[in-house]
Amino acid sequence: MNDPEGKPLEEAPLFLPASRLQHLLDALVRAGFRCIGPRLRDGAIVYGVLDRATELPAGVTDIQAPGSYRVGRTEGPRMFAWANGPQALKPLLFSPHEDLWHAERRLDGGLEFIPDLPNADPLAVIGVRACDLAALALHDQHFLHGAYADPYYARRRSELFLVAVNCSHPAATCFCASTGDGPCATCGFDIALDELDDGFVATCGSERAHALLAGLDLAPATPEQVSEARRQSEQAAQAQTRHLPSRNLREALFANLENPRWAEVAERCLSCGNCTSVCPTCFCHREQEQPSLDGSSSAHTREWNSCFARDHSYIHGLTFRPDTRTRYRQWLTHKLGGWHDQFGRSGCVGCGRCITWCPVGIDITEEAMAICGSRT
Amino acid sequence: MNPYLPYEAEVVERVQESKSIVTLHLRLTDAAARSTYHFAPGQFNMVYLHGAGEVPISIVSDPHDETILGHTIRIVGRVTGGLAKLQPGDRVGLRGPYGRGWPLQEALGHDVLVVTGGLGCAPVVAVINYVILRRTFFGKLTIIQGVKHSDDLIWRERYTYWRSLPNTQVLIAADHGGPLWPWHVGLVTEVFDDARIVPERTFVMMCGPEGMMHAGVKNLTGRGVAEDHIYLSMERNMQCAVGHCGHCQYGPDFVCRQGPVFAYPKLKALFGVKGF
Repeated sequence: MNDPEGKPLEEAPLFLPASRLQHLLDALVRAGFRCIGPRLRDGAIVYGVLDRATELPAGVTDIQAPGSYRVGRTEGPRMFAWANGPQALKPLLFSPHEDLWHAERRLDGGLEFIPDLPNADPLAVIGVRACDLAALALHDQHFLHGAYADPYYARRRSELFLVAVNCSHPAATCFCASTGDGPCATCGFDIALDELDDGFVATCGSERAHALLAGLDLAPATPEQVSEARRQSEQAAQAQTRHLPSRNLREALFANLENPRWAEVAERCLSCGNCTSVCPTCFCHREQEQPSLDGSSSAHTREWNSCFARDHSYIHGLTFRPDTRTRYRQWLTHKLGGWHDQFGRSGCVGCGRCITWCPVGIDITEEAMAICGSRT
Repeated sequence: MNPYLPYEAEVVERVQESKSIVTLHLRLTDAAARSTYHFAPGQFNMVYLHGAGEVPISIVSDPHDETILGHTIRIVGRVTGGLAKLQPGDRVGLRGPYGRGWPLQEALGHDVLVVTGGLGCAPVVAVINYVILRRTFFGKLTIIQGVKHSDDLIWRERYTYWRSLPNTQVLIAADHGGPLWPWHVGLVTEVFDDARIVPERTFVMMCGPEGMMHAGVKNLTGRGVAEDHIYLSMERNMQCAVGHCGHCQYGPDFVCRQGPVFAYPKLKALFGVKGF
């Protein structure tokens, strides 16, 4: 936010009463956005179309543990009294399965390549967590700011409006405070909300959000509301029990490639790839070909892949990582090691999803500690 | 600009190199795409067979002619099997070039030692051709080829031709030699003595099975060749070629972007560790 002379403006946070959350949704719709937000479905909090604020999971909380996710009821009117569901922003921007292009064979035998770019309607996402914003910044780096920009990701990304909600109820699996990515969103959002019992402290993070909030005619948040929001974030950070031994485990991991723990964790790991599916930063994908039945046209698609899959390291007759030990080691040395070389930071944002959604409850913080704890 | 979208290319010539190896000479059909296409030896293209998919293939032709692109393809699977059946006039998809090539500028004025193993190694053929066409710009060219069995050696006429060129030496070793095998029987590193390497003026360019390259690096550094004068071409699963899909990662590097040709010091930490 800049004033006409180019100096950043310190904008005082506003207060959005809970009863007026609908006005924010309406304003977003008027501005041309389709709203999606957290909804309770099939026993989990997942993103869905959000027309009414009353569709938010009020009075719902989540109970997460290694290998376990349950929703439960909670006292009070809050709509965001839970940590996170299995989805991050990842599936909204980097589609689990999509067509990249298709090739048409002309009658003269020639080939024509036609891109299949997505129709990306402007999308507003309500209830984004700080960990997921950190993961989004990493995917922006990977898909947009390298030598080759991905036009599929770019198209969806350019139409995104992000309403973050600072996390007040971290799960037992959360450790964003130790990775430095939460619980409070500090950048990358349009609006950040702190949920109090009677409403939200709203912080503006972009020019377009400023215009939108101005239209709602909100009162400034009181100093008490602001300090209550701050206290809540501090408490959410302190409540986290898990942590990584260090923010940079690169040297420690690569110095421990023959640690017996890799074989031990491989005894428990099913190599199912759940961790890489729920991880908001994992980006591996395979490209595939789907020819039409008459052979005239062929779709070139991509879908998420996982370094736990056999085909991930396959080249003509040779699989470089034939067993779970080398696959788990690849995942962890990349996530917490190689990312520092590639992206200037660790690939873990502390969301804890890989712990929760692992069918056997393997805990990345525990493994990192066992493998390199003594060396940090 | 869509980095995943191939351009149409036409097969202008097909050469059957051996039972399982074919060279396709391809030409981009779009004049604008052709005029902006530039490559360096050691780089690769993604070649697309309609209905089957894309494969990474290194470019073996000379960069001086950027309109006809040579691709030597070994039949190892569905896509390469289909590509090998194509005839002049057939159309494929092509995008590239990708990755980093050989350090040919740095090697000017130096001896070039090419070490390759296995069934004919296309990436270093690009180097050999490059040096031969600019023979006076380089010192001695030594071509060392190792094969498991003498029957595996293809391009026998090429080796005969190469050894007839000035200041060029060819050394071949087979772990198992057959009858009338004129070359060395034993490990490829055993012929290094005959190469009479002058370490301080030699650039090494190597390609082949990693076990062989590992032994080669050890032998050459033992002879005093500087680690940063040894270059290796690495092979990993490549699907996007633009550093996005993640399959080709080798520790911190994407082989498609930081490779496929690496100076040895870049690979050293993980080289020979199984699972990377």
